[in-house]
Amino acid sequence: MADGLRLDTLEIRLGGRSMVALDAHVAPGEVLTVMGPSGSGKSTLLAAITGALDPAFALSGRILLDGEDVTALPTERRRIGILFQDELLFPHLSVGGNLAFGLTPSLRGRAARRSRIDSALQEIGLEGFATRDPATLSGGQKARVALMRTLLAEPRALLLDEPFSRLDAARRGQIRELVFARAKAQRLPVLLVTHDREDACAAGGKVIELGA
Amino acid sequence: MSLLRRAPALTLLVMLGPVLAGLAGTLLPAFGIMPALGRVEPGLMPFSELAAWPGLPRAVALSLGTGLGSTLLALSLTMLICAGWQGTRAFRWLERALSPLLSVPHAAAAFGLAFLIAPSGWIARALAPLLGWERPPDLLILQDPWGLSLIAGLVVKELPFLLLMTLAALPALRPGQSLATARSLGHGRSAGWLKTVFPRLYPQIRLPVYAVLAFSMSVVDVALILGPNTPPTLAVQVLRWMNDPDLALRLRGAAGALLQLVLTLGALGLWRLGEIAVARIGRVWIEAGGRARRDAPLRALSFGAGALSALAIILGLAALAAWSLAGFWGFPAMLPDAFTARSWMKQGPQLLSPAGDTALIALVATGLALALVLACLEAEHRFGLRPSARALWLLYLPLIVPQIAFLPGLQILALVAGVDGTITAVIAAHVIFVLPYVFLSLADPYRGWDRRNAIVGHALGASPARVFWRLRLPMLLRPVLTAVAVGCAVSVGQFLPTLLLGGGRVQTLTTEAVALASGGARRVIGVTALAQTASAFLPFALALLIPALVWRNRKGLRHG
Repeated sequence: MADGLRLDTLEIRLGGRSMVALDAHVAPGEVLTVMGPSGSGKSTLLAAITGALDPAFALSGRILLDGEDVTALPTERRRIGILFQDELLFPHLSVGGNLAFGLTPSLRGRAARRSRIDSALQEIGLEGFATRDPATLSGGQKARVALMRTLLAEPRALLLDEPFSRLDAARRGQIRELVFARAKAQRLPVLLVTHDREDACAAGGKVIELGA
Repeated sequence: MSLLRRAPALTLLVMLGPVLAGLAGTLLPAFGIMPALGRVEPGLMPFSELAAWPGLPRAVALSLGTGLGSTLLALSLTMLICAGWQGTRAFRWLERALSPLLSVPHAAAAFGLAFLIAPSGWIARALAPLLGWERPPDLLILQDPWGLSLIAGLVVKELPFLLLMTLAALPALRPGQSLATARSLGHGRSAGWLKTVFPRLYPQIRLPVYAVLAFSMSVVDVALILGPNTPPTLAVQVLRWMNDPDLALRLRGAAGALLQLVLTLGALGLWRLGEIAVARIGRVWIEAGGRARRDAPLRALSFGAGALSALAIILGLAALAAWSLAGFWGFPAMLPDAFTARSWMKQGPQLLSPAGDTALIALVATGLALALVLACLEAEHRFGLRPSARALWLLYLPLIVPQIAFLPGLQILALVAGVDGTITAVIAAHVIFVLPYVFLSLADPYRGWDRRNAIVGHALGASPARVFWRLRLPMLLRPVLTAVAVGCAVSVGQFLPTLLLGGGRVQTLTTEAVALASGGARRVIGVTALAQTASAFLPFALALLIPALVWRNRKGLRHG
């Protein structure tokens, strides 16, 4: 059951040319780092795993999550969380609204949901921030909210698309540790895409290099 | 899901179906077939009758002259203003002055201009003390036989339109870089812009220019107010025949409508040849390497003309306001002896019912158009459809085929179907013209929305419908409301579709206002035209106000 994320002879082609080919397994609580210069197909790989691949690309192979083949599922049925370089907090919702958008619908009842969000904010040191406008948050605060929003959706795997590169050096290590610690605690398989060697070292897992 | 996939096809059907059906409905009577009159044998009689009308050559010349003249003038001014001033503070000022004027309905702008340039208008009043006039000069300025005042009325309205279309297309061309390069090579500002930016810009605004040309040639409401009478432009004469109690004249009218279509196509062809010629000459000019550094007079001229154009509409509206509030106002006084609300009190109640119908038609037509446009754009997003250049042409088709060429045919079809004279028929006809503008207004912001928001939403487990309703629409509230305002303004300004499909039984502020053109009741005109302007302006005010209120605590959406 607890099998993690498996990329089974995954290959992405564009007009007959192979962009990315990968065969990998990420166990729960482990981090796999994919490195490569820009244009090496890192983001395309993440799009394929989330199910947001542009129809111009052709995908072969399988994506397995805890043993279940999700290759044909739409993004919203895969339960794969993703964090981008930009936090992409929804600007029209409050901080609490952003978390509520992510919070799994299986938790029912207005009061129960609200108290879950309050405790989630407490966990990331942003107690009482629920009604705040996300645009008024600092970069580090935004990153923490984005992470919590993703975790509240109870994902089965976590993808990271250079999520630390926008943060300043001081915040960077802090947020990175928080993300990896939370992922480990929830036994999530993590796939990190980066061009920063420091990120790869901090992740501590296997590293795969993609050619340009 | 499958309904959404069919949205583009459905939209084309709603928009182009009536155009094609209307053209067919014009074609048959033009060749003598009108079963309602017992005419079933095809023949060329309507054309020979049309040819026998003595006013024909003049009416045709007027349509061509005013259409080509006003388009050429409006386009040249727009380009010279951009060439001479783009990127300066004066340009931004002019942009801010001209943009809101786009929403002023054509009829109101035409009445306002008439109140300025008429022999008893503000300009004559201002000149009167200098020239010793004690009564309005005996000059035929309004409705002059050459159509000059008609051209002026069209130019002041088309200039803001072309300017906004240009401003929308410019940023992608990075005109600042091109201009800096050209100037560093020693080219004058205007010449440098015309040589480096204009050749790349023109293909982007070609369709709007064609729409302006087709519109100017066949416009009815502005021509009724500012155009000559005996004979009028071809489009106006066709309308007269179509509205004549003698139904047999409709055959001749249909032949005239067909001629209008051919004329428009001919003028577009001529314009295309002109484009090729200008491109040839331009290439020679560019290769000759002249630097044309002394462009100060040209820049002054273009800026003056742009400011004058804005001023003509603004002062025109002021003149309408002054007349609507005027007590006794003799010549050559610049202002009335007394101001009174009497005209508003008297006309106001009578305008309530047309105002209500105006709002109803505008809201329903815009609502339908918005639903179709959103469905098309969402289908494009979800199914990865790529809009082709041909799709853009189809979108412009209802704006390029002259209204007078297909609306009479559509009226006849509505008559046969028994729906003529209903508000439903009027709304359906408005949708044809509202849809392209709503699409053009919304497409760029919609496509420009950061798709990663959708990916994040889906990754959090939200369905496509939830992402659309909970994320995309709220985040795009401002552009959606702007598109609604544009749609409402287009609907409010429609004259011919309301008149023809409404069969005279559906009255809007626009039909009421234009109906006053033949009389001289200036106070009533002032009240009605201002009410018309207000009804077009109100949605824009709301489109600014609502997002500012709803998102007052959301910094991230304040400029989006």
